[in-house]
Amino acid sequence: MATTAAFKDRQFIAVIGDEDSVTGLLLAGVGHVTSPPDSQKNFLVVDQKTETSAIEHAFDRFTTERKDIAIVLINQHIADRIRHRVDTYTAAFPSVLEIPSKDHPYDPEKDSVLKRVRRLFGE
Amino acid sequence: MSGSAASKLPPARESVFPTRQMLGQMKSKLKGAQTGHDLLKRKSEALTKRFREITRRIDEAKRKMGRVMQIAAFSLAEVTYAVGGDIGFQIQESAKSARFRVRTRQENVSGVLLPRFEAFQTDGNNDFQLTGLGKGGQQVQRCRETYARAVETLVELASLQTAFVILDEVIKVVNRRVNAIEYVIIPRTENTIKYIMSELDELDREEFYRLKKVSAKKERDAQVAEKERLDKADDARAAAEADRAVETKDVLGEGENEDVIF
Repeated sequence: MATTAAFKDRQFIAVIGDEDSVTGLLLAGVGHVTSPPDSQKNFLVVDQKTETSAIEHAFDRFTTERKDIAIVLINQHIADRIRHRVDTYTAAFPSVLEIPSKDHPYDPEKDSVLKRVRRLFGE
Repeated sequence: MSGSAASKLPPARESVFPTRQMLGQMKSKLKGAQTGHDLLKRKSEALTKRFREITRRIDEAKRKMGRVMQIAAFSLAEVTYAVGGDIGFQIQESAKSARFRVRTRQENVSGVLLPRFEAFQTDGNNDFQLTGLGKGGQQVQRCRETYARAVETLVELASLQTAFVILDEVIKVVNRRVNAIEYVIIPRTENTIKYIMSELDELDREEFYRLKKVSAKKERDAQVAEKERLDKADDARAAAEADRAVETKDVLGEGENEDVIF
């Protein structure tokens, strides 16, 4: 169960996505860089060259290490690359949201939450 | 299922001394368990209702998100076209402090606190003042608005999803409790009550039998005493009679009179 303190100071939205998605979301103003000594960005641009381990690392950082992130947005095709991680992630905070990208239309079959929904209703 | 597994086991009971006081305690415990079971069942139903509503809304919101993101991607393409180059790098470098943030409120559904994300924009800091200064400023502005709306949708979806995860967990816990009470605690308490009752009945019977025995023995003793008394009385009477028979001879009767010969 989530306690009250667990989400009081969570106020940022983190993004793992391809360049276009990240650019758009940053334009909306979600981008945040923490103060200099150990400045961390709350977004990660992923392209073909990005290592899967780097994505996993960023995912872990956003979901477990950082305590100020409320929502993690991740492109669905990137979530597919670390599918086991996304599927086994069950905590309530931060909530992980799979979003469609420009090149990859949204496929509800792969969404980890919708999978759980379907499993619960026995379809 | 846990229920079938529990029903296969021999019904256990609590280790208590069969006393009347314990019986009272067990009865009140059973009553409490039944009330708790009813309440929890109702809670579980309320949560499940809420849960179904949330799943339905998640489904809708996911579909809406698909549309909104498509529109947003399109407006970004417009920007790229208008600015005449890739602005991604510039934007990534100039992002410093989040203008768009979320705050969390709590909502109470039958005693379960569900978080609710709320998007808000902080005033005053704009990291992208120079973006699109040369050309395409209008498109950039429109794109920002479109994406802001898209993010709002995403935030809404995220709060639904978080509620879904938490509710899922809570419903599991509540159902487990309901089942535990229904299949373990209530049968066990009933068994204990039955056990205490039978033990008490046994004690009652024992007590009754003992009393019966005691009274039977007393009766027997009384009878013996009575008989002795009667015997004694008989003896006394017989002795008395014998005495009297000796003393009082029948003058007229049995004594053989000598014949009188004239």
